[in-house]
Amino acid sequence: MAFAIILVAIVVASVLFHFLSPWQATPLASNWGSIDTTITITFVITAIFFVLIVLFVAYCVYKFRARPGGRSKYEPENKKLEWWLIGITTVGICGLLAPGLVVYNDFVNVPAEADEFEAVGEQWRWSYRLPGADKQFGKSSVANMNVDNPLGLDPRDPAGQDDVMVSGHQLHLLLDQPVKALLRSKDVLHDFYVPEFRAKMDLIPSQITYFWFTPTVLGTFDILCAEYCGIGHYNMRGQVVVEDRESYQQWLSEQPTFAQTLTGGTVGGLIAQGEKLAASRGCLACHSIDGSSSLGPGWLDLFGREESLHDGTQAIADADYLKESITDPAAKIVAGYPAVMAAYPFSPEQLDSLVAYIQSLSSGDAPTVKE
Amino acid sequence: MAYAEDAEHDDLHQPRSFYAKYIWSQDHKVIAIQYSLTAIAMGLVALVLSAMMRMQIGFPGSIDMDSTAYYQAMTMHGMIMVIYLLTALFLGGFGNYLIPLMVGARDMVFPFVNMLSYWFYLLSVIVLLCSFFVPGGPTGAGWTLYPPQAITSGTPGTEWGIILMLVSLIIFIIAATMGGLNYVTTVLQARTHGMTLFRMPLTVWGIFVATILALLAFPALFVSGIMMLLDKTIGTSFFMPDMFSFGSQLEYQGGSPILFQHLFWFFGHPEVYIVALPAFGLVSDLISVHARKCIFGYRMMVWAIVAIGVLSFVVWAHHMYVSGMNPYFGFFFAVTTLVIAVPTALKVYNWTLTLWHGNIHLSVPMLFALAFIVTFLVGGLTGLFLGNVVVDIPLSDTYFVVAHFHMVMGVAPILVVFGAIYHWYPKITGRMLNDSIGKLHFWITFLGTYLIYFPMHYIGLQGMPRRYYLFEDYQFIPDSAHSLNAFITVVAILVGIAQLLFLFNLFYSAFRGKPSGGNPWRAASLEWLTPDTPPKHGNWGPSLPVVHRWAYDYGVPGQAEDFVPQTASAELAPVHEGDKNQ
Repeated sequence: MAFAIILVAIVVASVLFHFLSPWQATPLASNWGSIDTTITITFVITAIFFVLIVLFVAYCVYKFRARPGGRSKYEPENKKLEWWLIGITTVGICGLLAPGLVVYNDFVNVPAEADEFEAVGEQWRWSYRLPGADKQFGKSSVANMNVDNPLGLDPRDPAGQDDVMVSGHQLHLLLDQPVKALLRSKDVLHDFYVPEFRAKMDLIPSQITYFWFTPTVLGTFDILCAEYCGIGHYNMRGQVVVEDRESYQQWLSEQPTFAQTLTGGTVGGLIAQGEKLAASRGCLACHSIDGSSSLGPGWLDLFGREESLHDGTQAIADADYLKESITDPAAKIVAGYPAVMAAYPFSPEQLDSLVAYIQSLSSGDAPTVKE
Repeated sequence: MAYAEDAEHDDLHQPRSFYAKYIWSQDHKVIAIQYSLTAIAMGLVALVLSAMMRMQIGFPGSIDMDSTAYYQAMTMHGMIMVIYLLTALFLGGFGNYLIPLMVGARDMVFPFVNMLSYWFYLLSVIVLLCSFFVPGGPTGAGWTLYPPQAITSGTPGTEWGIILMLVSLIIFIIAATMGGLNYVTTVLQARTHGMTLFRMPLTVWGIFVATILALLAFPALFVSGIMMLLDKTIGTSFFMPDMFSFGSQLEYQGGSPILFQHLFWFFGHPEVYIVALPAFGLVSDLISVHARKCIFGYRMMVWAIVAIGVLSFVVWAHHMYVSGMNPYFGFFFAVTTLVIAVPTALKVYNWTLTLWHGNIHLSVPMLFALAFIVTFLVGGLTGLFLGNVVVDIPLSDTYFVVAHFHMVMGVAPILVVFGAIYHWYPKITGRMLNDSIGKLHFWITFLGTYLIYFPMHYIGLQGMPRRYYLFEDYQFIPDSAHSLNAFITVVAILVGIAQLLFLFNLFYSAFRGKPSGGNPWRAASLEWLTPDTPPKHGNWGPSLPVVHRWAYDYGVPGQAEDFVPQTASAELAPVHEGDKNQ
């Protein structure tokens, strides 16, 4: 009896939980309402089977409980009943599969009017590229990747010259304009995932994957990595800003083209060079510059600060310390941080520029560098 | 059935010394216990790892665990539970103990190979455990070991951990193959007089088909393990494409990470059924015995096991819908995946229909069996979300997936393991497990796991990604989700601690349990009809039993008892109609 009651309670509680719990899908912000519909259909059909079967078990447990001298009925099989059940199940399965495959057909067929953007993943940050005025991406390859060309574009490919190299971790998209995301990874597997858009897809090194969606709600949304990619996986953040045409054009006009980033590469002071180096070599994936928590020690106000090391000693974060920590990261590990950084064999000039950049992130208390 | 006659004529070799009897034993029953105890010990390691992870998820920073340690715990928890606990326990443990007893054999056909199988398994366990103590620690690549990250910097344990992991898996597969060949051959060749294939209990059918799956699926993992080992150690590029990692170009070029995923899941999906089919078989027998009713639709149940086994080889890429494989594969794999739900649903119907007009005893094994039906139902139905390609896209890589597979291939099979241990423990030790402790253990485990995993689906629906060390500052995650995670952690820790009740019962009852006699559940199947309990070496004394009927003659009309043992002759009781043409 108790067991039967508990089974009924489980059914009732589960159904109530579904409707009353605060944990529901995020508000939809893309065209994929049809995916939400398929989820709803699946909930309805599976819930019917769940409720009926568990209640049937509860009824049997109560009704056919053991009685002194009781006997079961000898019924080895009932082919007709079994075929009926197979038939009903098949109908239920088709009810799930048919709408699912129709919507999936939409998902794999990108509309012709879709604009394209490229999202490039690396441990543990996102970069973005737009095809520029010619609506065509330039070729890219790992062999071309270097400090001045972090996304590895082919400098000789004319199609790539006007490609827009988005600076920063924010991607801007135009409201109600279908977009095809072309995805590429520099190192390991990643996955481009915005919960409000519903759609997601893995990034694979040396391969271009894609999916498409139409942003339908203005606002800023988190981009997450949804494919495990190492110790910084949980912290591989990006943002997508959906905006109207006017603000989008404004933003677009501020982004440099590939040709501009190439020519701009050699100018600028020591600090600017260091900033660029830090961005292009992935330093900023683990070292925040705004005081927020990050995988490695943040750089804001780091220069000149006294750091506690994990062996209990202290060290001043001066130029020598910083250079050592870049070229031989394991030598001094700051307490509270994992010893995971790879050594970076930078040239002395590059090290100077990085130190200058880190120093520039410190407030006035520390002595300023002479340029 | 020539083997059965030979077995009767051979002299019984009785080991004398302690070592030959309990350590270097070739007796399937001793090997089964060795396998089971080792697997349970590994399960405890994995349980502790999961408790540590849950502390970090529910109460971030409450224990001293950085993201490296978190990902290592996550990886080892998954791998140990799937391979070193569940696979080893169902095949090496239950398969070893029950197959010869249920088909009426003296032992496995190749006892020496059977012994080697255990020692290779133990070696694989030791190699795995060593990885906790090498520089860099165990691998933190996730239990799927996806390249490139499994062997590139940025992932924990790429120094030694991943190498030991792969070597351990390779040794495990050798062990599983030696065991598997034995189980299949024993079922096919060593059945006793009258034991036709369609008189075998569903337990044997489940383990038999699961073993065939293992023999066909593990080679895929074996080759991918060897290839990855070569990629890691001598720099081949089977799975490694051109990459630019942490500021420099790596030496690899031209390999395919997707190829690994196909190979892994070609093994990995049948692996789900390598665990599930034995559980299906065992639970069928538990339900039938404790409902005192013949299993409903025996033949359909057998064919459903076979159909699931065959179909399990053509659904693997439903784990890869958002992997970047050719998206048109999605149509094919969604159809095959949902088709497999039909034979699976039939099994659920037949379990519940076995209860109909039964005489249901709510003994501890039966409680676990009924809890399995509920848990497996939830896990199976949520599988319909993830198998249907477009529904999977938003849910993939979220906590919905975590909740689903823990329900369907974590909790559900473990409930069967508990039920089966409560059921067969009297045959193994001659004593009953303590009933009160058993019931307490049952209620905490059943309700606790439901409280853990049912709500977890909903934080996945909300978009919370799996394999995150921290969820700080993501605007779409409300505070209530963090509270729910804290709640889940509390329940998980309680359920984990409650397993001590089971362990205590296991050891306490071995010495102090109530003597059970040979057939305490009044069961009809052959393993309960041994001349001795626990069965001696050789199982059957001088002559093998002769089988006249199937294993499910409960409630046969016109009989004094409510069960007819398989060895009772046809004159004593009519053979059931489905069995007549045997």
